[in-house]
Amino acid sequence: MFDVNKSMQTVQMNLIPNDVSVRAETPLHHVDLATIATQGAQDRNIKIQELALLDHLVLRGHADNAALTTGIQSVMGVSLPINLQSVEKEGQVIRWISPDEWLITTPHGTGFALEQQLRNAISTHCAVVNVSGGQTVITVEGAGTEEMLRKCTPYDIHISNMPVGKVVTSLFGKAQAVIRRTGEQQFEVVIRRSFSDYCWLWLQDSCREFGFTVKL
Amino acid sequence: MFYIYCPYCEEHREEEEFHASGEAHIPRPSDPDNCTDAEWGEYLFFRTNPRGLHHELWVHGIGCRKFFNITRDTVSYEIKETYKIGAKPQFTHAEEKV
Repeated sequence: MFDVNKSMQTVQMNLIPNDVSVRAETPLHHVDLATIATQGAQDRNIKIQELALLDHLVLRGHADNAALTTGIQSVMGVSLPINLQSVEKEGQVIRWISPDEWLITTPHGTGFALEQQLRNAISTHCAVVNVSGGQTVITVEGAGTEEMLRKCTPYDIHISNMPVGKVVTSLFGKAQAVIRRTGEQQFEVVIRRSFSDYCWLWLQDSCREFGFTVKL
Repeated sequence: MFYIYCPYCEEHREEEEFHASGEAHIPRPSDPDNCTDAEWGEYLFFRTNPRGLHHELWVHGIGCRKFFNITRDTVSYEIKETYKIGAKPQFTHAEEKV
């Protein structure tokens, strides 16, 4: 008989090579943030940082399936977030994307182990896919961040509508982005690789009136 | 421009995040091999164009990426309700079978 668990174990492959001779480039590689970080005044209000080369996993499954929720709980020590919520623990973040989809980010190099653990722990029908190469995370913080981000998205990001921990997939300029509030004046934006240049230019332009510093 | 309630995100979201995908509740012929060309053509190509209540399929494309239905008034453009796929609309014509 076809054993789902067994077949999943046999096809597991680390999509992120451990081989250091393979150079990893973030979607914002061409922007050369390291050089920008050294330029201009360092005391600007808005601080931008790319959380480069995190491992991104997309988890799909039915939220009302107890085997899925207990599997996540046992591996990650947190429960799956409900609508528009996110949870964070020890550098791992789970973001709600849709009723049957979550985005998990974990520090560079830990994604494959987590993927294996999840597949082994979740005994029910689900999918765990490594999408690390397709997107990157930018954090924006400092006085004026909320005001600046209002120019980027039509979503109402006022703290009364978007408290800390809330995550929405909405527009960033004309591109799609997953926006999460991590503090009163602190946000985190997940952008797609193909839109990364556009989003970076848009962000840079939005920050012009406030001034910004790139953190490494 | 205006807000649309997404039944999956369970909140009102900007209209720009959504995309219309045509008429809703179009049943596929249960036995395509044995239906007439007229029936198949009707299913594939012909759509109602009502004045008044209209059930439409929309997608929250820049958001949760779920398809859902909207009952909309084609005269006033008023959105009467939004509901999940598989649910029944509350607003219907008397002669309508959904």
